[in-house]
Amino acid sequence: MNKVRIREPFGDRVFLIVVKIMLAVALVVVLLPLLYIVASSLSSPDAVNSGRVTFWPVEFSTEAYRNVLSNAEVLRGYYNSLIYAVAGTLISVTLTVAIAYPLSRKTFYGRNVLMTLLIFTMLFSGGLIPTYMVVHDLGMLDTRWALLIPNAIGVWQVIIARTFFANSIPDELYEAAMLDGASELRVLRSVVLPLSKPLLAVLALMYTIYQWNTYFDALVYLKDPDLYPLQIVLRNMLILDKSRTGAVDLAQQMHQLQLANVLKYALIVVSSVPVLAIYPFVARHFTKGVMVGAVKG
Amino acid sequence: MFPQIGARAPRRSRWSQAQRSWRLHWQLYLLVSVPLAYFVVFKYIPMSFSVIAFKDYSPVLGPWGSEWVGLRNFQALFSNPVFGTLLKNTLILAFYLVLASFPIPLLLALALNEIRNGWFKRTVQMVTYAPYFISTVVVVSITILLLSPRIGIVDANVLGDPSYFRHIYVWTDVWQTAGYSAVIYLAALAGIDPTLHESAKIDGASRLQRIRHVDLPGIMPTAVIMLILAAGNMMAIGFEKAYLLQNNLNLAQSEIIPTYVYKTGLINADFSMATAVGLFNSVVNLCLLLVVNFIAKRITGSGLWR
Repeated sequence: MNKVRIREPFGDRVFLIVVKIMLAVALVVVLLPLLYIVASSLSSPDAVNSGRVTFWPVEFSTEAYRNVLSNAEVLRGYYNSLIYAVAGTLISVTLTVAIAYPLSRKTFYGRNVLMTLLIFTMLFSGGLIPTYMVVHDLGMLDTRWALLIPNAIGVWQVIIARTFFANSIPDELYEAAMLDGASELRVLRSVVLPLSKPLLAVLALMYTIYQWNTYFDALVYLKDPDLYPLQIVLRNMLILDKSRTGAVDLAQQMHQLQLANVLKYALIVVSSVPVLAIYPFVARHFTKGVMVGAVKG
Repeated sequence: MFPQIGARAPRRSRWSQAQRSWRLHWQLYLLVSVPLAYFVVFKYIPMSFSVIAFKDYSPVLGPWGSEWVGLRNFQALFSNPVFGTLLKNTLILAFYLVLASFPIPLLLALALNEIRNGWFKRTVQMVTYAPYFISTVVVVSITILLLSPRIGIVDANVLGDPSYFRHIYVWTDVWQTAGYSAVIYLAALAGIDPTLHESAKIDGASRLQRIRHVDLPGIMPTAVIMLILAAGNMMAIGFEKAYLLQNNLNLAQSEIIPTYVYKTGLINADFSMATAVGLFNSVVNLCLLLVVNFIAKRITGSGLWR
């Protein structure tokens, strides 16, 4: 049997082509800068400095990567950022669940007051200096704690978690667990958390990406270069141009200078790879998390 | 008329409600105490420390022991010629950012919603979403590399020219967040009742007409909330990016309130003045949020709070 297809009207087909062209333009605009960076990072210093690189490596070379990956500052930044990301995520997810779960229970007296208290911190804040004073008074300045604790809980993340618990854990489950004589913490550990893996994944992801990408807290609270996260190292090398060269003779210095630019491209790639590599796998969960929070609970 | 059958028992008093809740949930109260302490220590105590905006802060005497000076810090701030520039720079940048970053994700989502699911749609979504995961430091670095006169794509020194600062700031922001924001609209579009589209089609509506009369009204509430959130965060405009894009040449337009607070407070160590500026900023921000929410409620009937 012949399949009868209703052709769309002429105007609609033209419209669809225009839409596709627009999307193609958007695609190109986002993609080209990224391609340029990757291409430059894989080209020879000479090709980059003379402006011959566009969107494909010219005189393919991995020298920049070898340099970046043997740079002590970069490696230490990487190491520190890993610590901050792992420890920070553990602390943040734990604290977020600890406040979001009770807030999700309908019989938890005081939940409205508590929620108002949280929301208010979104609308109004003490600001940079008063927060700095507290961190100072607690003796956290120039310690790893300064990056892990003062911004540990995001109110937005609490709202996401609370909405998830309230909507996806049926009340009957609580009643059943209570009849079995389980304590509240036991219920949380053995019933609620195993059912909340998607939520925990989303929270962990959000906090990890925050820790990996932020530099503000480190800028404000840290003076000791040994504690610098990767983003501060990047800022010093990429934006303030403060990379140390150990070159002695002139020829070597010239080469180092040439290399410096290519190093920047390689550094950008190396620092963004961890996040961009996991992103395609987690993007769906991430958006789901944003949606969950958007539903009023 | 009739006595209600099964009418609710008279409401228990608050006190007995609290007692009952404690008996049931005492473990949860213990659990909540840690994050609650966090909010008190890192959010509410700093709020109380804002009093130093009205004092001559001395580290020896502490925030409570320091001497009151009334509104002196604010008078000094408002009469400082820098203040006008600062406020102007912050407001223009903030408005520009809201205006530019509102319509583009909307258009992107509407366009993506028109085409069939397939590799092209997936690719566009994946690629436009990706920059959201790149750090500000890296985005600014890319910008600087692309725009630097020697190796970049332009000849003029746009990074050192104050009049380019806002365009650079705003359009790199759109580049970074448009794909992410579009996802939210796409979800709203997916929630529109398909029968609306069907009946519009039967009535002979073109694609463009369906966008105008079905899609747009359908995502209006989402759009309003996004706009309120954006407007409410206007004064909380990113320190991170402005500070990174700043250089001595473009200060005339790139100095905004957050960067000024950082420099006054932590570099020049004038805690009271920096807190006064920050407090001023927070109050303006709060007012803006309330005003926008009020207007949105008036126009569309939906706001952040019901």
